[in-house]
Amino acid sequence: MGVIEAILLTIATAATPLLIAAIGELVVERSGVLNLGVEGMMIMGAVTGFGVALLTGSPWLGMLGGIVVGALFSLLFGFLTLTLVTNQVATGLALTLLGLGLSGMLGESFVGQPGIRLPNLHIPVLSDLPFVGGLIFGQDPIFYVSIALTAGVAWFLFYTHAGLTLRSVGDNHASAHALGINVIGIRYLAVMFGGACAGLAGAYLSVVYTPQWVENMTAGRGWIALALVVFASWRPWRVLAGAYLFGAVTIGQLHAQALGLGIPSQLLSSLPYLATVVVLVLISQNKRLTMVNTPASLGRPFVPDR
Amino acid sequence: METTHGPSGAGLLEVRGLTKIFGTLKACDNIDLDIAAGEIHALLGENGAGKSTLVKMLFGSLEPYSGTISWKGQAVRIASPGAARRLGIGMVFQHFSLFDSLTAAENIALSLADDTPILEIAEKARSLSKTYGLPLDPFSLVGDLSVGERQRIEITRCLLQEPQLIILDEPTSVLTPQEADKLFETLERLRAEGKSILYISHRLEEVKRMCDRATVLRHGKVVAHCDPRQETAASLARMMVGNDVAGATRPAAPAALGEELLGICGLSRKPATPFSIPLNNIWLSLRAGEVLGIAGVAGNGQGEFFEAVSGEVLQDSADVIRIRGKGVGKTGISGRRLLGAAFVPEERLGHGAAPRMRLSENLLLSRHATDRKVFLGTAGVIAKAAIGAATQRIIEVMDVRKSAPDPEAAALSGGNLQKFIIGRELDRQPSVLVVNQPTWGVDAGAAARIRQALIELARAGAAVLVISQDLDELFEISDAIAVMHSGALSKPMPIAEATLEKIGLLMGGAEPGHAHHSREVA
Amino acid sequence: MRIELSKRPQHSTLFSVLSPFIALALTLVAGAIMFSLLGKNPGEALYFYFIDPLREVWSLHELAVKAAPLILIAVGLSICYLSNNWNIGAEGQFIAGAVLGSFIPVVFPGFQNWTVLPLMLIMGMAGGAAYAAVPAYLKVRFNTNEILTSLMLVYVAQLFNDWLVRGIWRNPEGMSFPGTAPFHEYAVLPAIWPDAGRAHWGIVFALVAAVVAWFMLSKTLRGFEVKVLGQSPRAGRFAGFSSSRMVFFAFIVSGALAGLAGICEVSGAVGHLNEKLSIGYGFTAIIVAFLGRLNPLGIVAAGIILALTYLGGEAAQISIGVSDKVVRAFQGMLLFFVLACDTLIHYRIRLVSALPRSKTAEA
Repeated sequence: MGVIEAILLTIATAATPLLIAAIGELVVERSGVLNLGVEGMMIMGAVTGFGVALLTGSPWLGMLGGIVVGALFSLLFGFLTLTLVTNQVATGLALTLLGLGLSGMLGESFVGQPGIRLPNLHIPVLSDLPFVGGLIFGQDPIFYVSIALTAGVAWFLFYTHAGLTLRSVGDNHASAHALGINVIGIRYLAVMFGGACAGLAGAYLSVVYTPQWVENMTAGRGWIALALVVFASWRPWRVLAGAYLFGAVTIGQLHAQALGLGIPSQLLSSLPYLATVVVLVLISQNKRLTMVNTPASLGRPFVPDR
Repeated sequence: METTHGPSGAGLLEVRGLTKIFGTLKACDNIDLDIAAGEIHALLGENGAGKSTLVKMLFGSLEPYSGTISWKGQAVRIASPGAARRLGIGMVFQHFSLFDSLTAAENIALSLADDTPILEIAEKARSLSKTYGLPLDPFSLVGDLSVGERQRIEITRCLLQEPQLIILDEPTSVLTPQEADKLFETLERLRAEGKSILYISHRLEEVKRMCDRATVLRHGKVVAHCDPRQETAASLARMMVGNDVAGATRPAAPAALGEELLGICGLSRKPATPFSIPLNNIWLSLRAGEVLGIAGVAGNGQGEFFEAVSGEVLQDSADVIRIRGKGVGKTGISGRRLLGAAFVPEERLGHGAAPRMRLSENLLLSRHATDRKVFLGTAGVIAKAAIGAATQRIIEVMDVRKSAPDPEAAALSGGNLQKFIIGRELDRQPSVLVVNQPTWGVDAGAAARIRQALIELARAGAAVLVISQDLDELFEISDAIAVMHSGALSKPMPIAEATLEKIGLLMGGAEPGHAHHSREVA
Repeated sequence: MRIELSKRPQHSTLFSVLSPFIALALTLVAGAIMFSLLGKNPGEALYFYFIDPLREVWSLHELAVKAAPLILIAVGLSICYLSNNWNIGAEGQFIAGAVLGSFIPVVFPGFQNWTVLPLMLIMGMAGGAAYAAVPAYLKVRFNTNEILTSLMLVYVAQLFNDWLVRGIWRNPEGMSFPGTAPFHEYAVLPAIWPDAGRAHWGIVFALVAAVVAWFMLSKTLRGFEVKVLGQSPRAGRFAGFSSSRMVFFAFIVSGALAGLAGICEVSGAVGHLNEKLSIGYGFTAIIVAFLGRLNPLGIVAAGIILALTYLGGEAAQISIGVSDKVVRAFQGMLLFFVLACDTLIHYRIRLVSALPRSKTAEA
């Protein structure tokens, strides 16, 4: 395997969890809900994924566990913000703090245990093709899921009636309600989809990316996923581009650390976070782009009159 | 039950004893209503009489507390707007239920439940809108459209569902008189096809002109069923309000107007957001003793103009706006207030008042700079007693009705809050008052009181600028009327020369040299 | 069954006072259930969490040590949140204050006189304020989301501090442990009653900050400005208040308080700068701010309660072997209940049985 191929492969594994979590959050925000709890849902997915894989011996069940727990966990957020109409920003923060706390507690016995990794795809002949074989036919299964997810969400949002309905709820919930669209119901579904995606992304971290459990192992990826949605101005394919950009920055700084360029590792490690800030600044400068694309009801509370 | 002397169509909709309660308020109390096939039926009533609540129950967006609805002789429950549509009831909302970031065709697709391809919907909409004289472009973004165009989308969307009963909620409040005439033609055509229309309005002339029957609501109750053609505007108004409403009396303006108090010299402004209107070289001079009205269809730059004049948004040059001779283009709203100006914005909750704050706190909102000595102590400590006394004074002068000694702004009715907000500014005895939509959504009694107060302020030597979409109001109180269209302002026309038709044409952008500033500029 | 909300015409004064207590009670119930599931006696566990740390004087001092940074930070956050500025990077500002405040004793260890400590405190506040000014500037100038930028800067601050205390600021005599050399006596924030316990002057600063902020918010025009701009920005602009200046004001005040908390922690509680100087104070303070209903006096009480959970966590770990990780789960639950109970202030909540009303013509 060539060096370049190896680097590209690691970029893909670094980008995949960001992509999955961000695509989930994109759907949530398109429905007009701002869930800042991505980090918390991811870490719950990570601890569940690792634990289930370890206990059952099946990494696939681990991924499934991550999805289910992520979705259930997001229901907490949904119940508070949608039924009790609490402040979405504060509730999202609460979800993150609770997730970090609960996962630390649940995962205590997993610390230091070797995990079970989901094996990469291997198709005879095709996967062994030089260069492209590994990249296209030899990655882990979730990589393919993430690409399909992006395509599926893009198709759903812009080419289906249900997707149009979801976007309308995010644009103007009062109008949608007046037309008889079930605003709260749609938002519950969107929030749970976001939770499932974040859970899957978390499980990916602990079952595929680094098959082990470490407290706080998401290390801000949930927040970066949130930033990616803004960066992508709520467009699925731009999320993919953003995720790979961040994957490249992450891997780039890791390689720079390995090469020992004399730059302290901590400063290199802070690059992805600084890059997030820079990218957010660049994108928010373009007012037309952000204002037209931001779902107009984003973060606003909605109480239907009956 | 009084009944029909209108057209002899079979009963389409029969409502008996419909009641809706919000908390302790009976918004609709035991309402009876009959609509025959092929009639235009007017629903009359003041703001807050229960019209909107009633039609929301008919359209399934509110659940009745008690009472029955029969459709073509069958008792029905209308549990959702979808159910109403399936029965054949369509609705055109007053504050449109449209989505800015979606195209016209997508907006229409949303209320057609099936998965019809968007291109097919666009085609259908285009041809249907042509048939009824409602031209529209299915692929334009709704956020970019004028209010009239938005209404055409709403109506087209409603017609595509092939309803037998169409509910229109205050449809002409956003149209020029000429656009309204076009709408009436469309409605008459629909009636000729045998469709029924429930027409909600408080404009009595158009109801008299077009409607076959009328049902009048007051305080949530039906007070009369009548034939509007047999009534006078005055008798209809009496039914709505319950007693005679005096129009404002307007003493003649002083023969020689005083000095210029507000001057605007070539005000232009770029659009602040993608969907807002640029202002285009506005000139204006307002003298002491004068009420100047600015007419115009909603969304033609009135809000942008107000922000620029009030100083919530600053200009690049000081001399663009002069208050009492001083260039204030670069001075903020507090500085302009200190020169004697006062401002009342269109939106009461969230702009003119903070909804979750008490009236006394809302008093401080616009007066902390001008009345600093009275309302604030050392180090900016708030003088509660002085503010409380001033609040009480305003409440008494303006007859603000409230349920608690010092309630939150959101707890007041629209009319009472507006009386408080206007009273807050009048209490300062300003020399310039700029007010946007002074009586929007306000009941007739409060509206009359507010209009009278504006005239009196001017006659006492202030300059009053009134921006309004209500032409009747402007004709009642203004000494001259100018028209705002696409961010440009026409020359003021003295009230003696102004007619509804002339102003209406200007509102449609018809003035030569005016039409060029069309929306494409944006 | 479904839950229906109806808006109250006025907010309920009763529930404004009650809701934090209801939330605390619910958290205790949920905590008891959690301990039962962990196989512990819930009564005993709750005793070690909430009663045991209050029984000894030295332990009350520890409580003050932990409550001081929580209160200082949360008071600043209350100004931010009331003005609708979502600063969630207090943890980073705490570290920035600790680092810049440590500059003099670490870089000029020979400079020893009574001016050192005041300078350290001022530099700590300046460090926190400057670090908070970054997201504020980006929000005002570029319209950048302050939630994400302030949070990203937390990670940057942590890594930067880590680099300092393992690199150029490391104590050469520290046997390669990360951390600076211990501060000299002029650089140490003294204990209030050294004979009784460790509580340092940080708790006094915290109480003063809370009272000043309370006065500002409830009695002055500036406080009115904070609340108006937070509740309805357009009404604030109509009042002639500048939302840009408010962004800077809120961030800089809260950053300065977080920075002060940081340098007090280093100089008072620890005595040198090291790599794990915060136990998540900046994030726990968010919970404190909401539990105190964004009222600085409420925040004092809330800060003490959250400090108690930290001490209780240690006590429970030692005495009944409950992991200290439980504390953070506990704190997270508390915030959830607080937010849920706040709904009662603005809404009436009814449980509606779904049966009689909706079995209808909905096809």
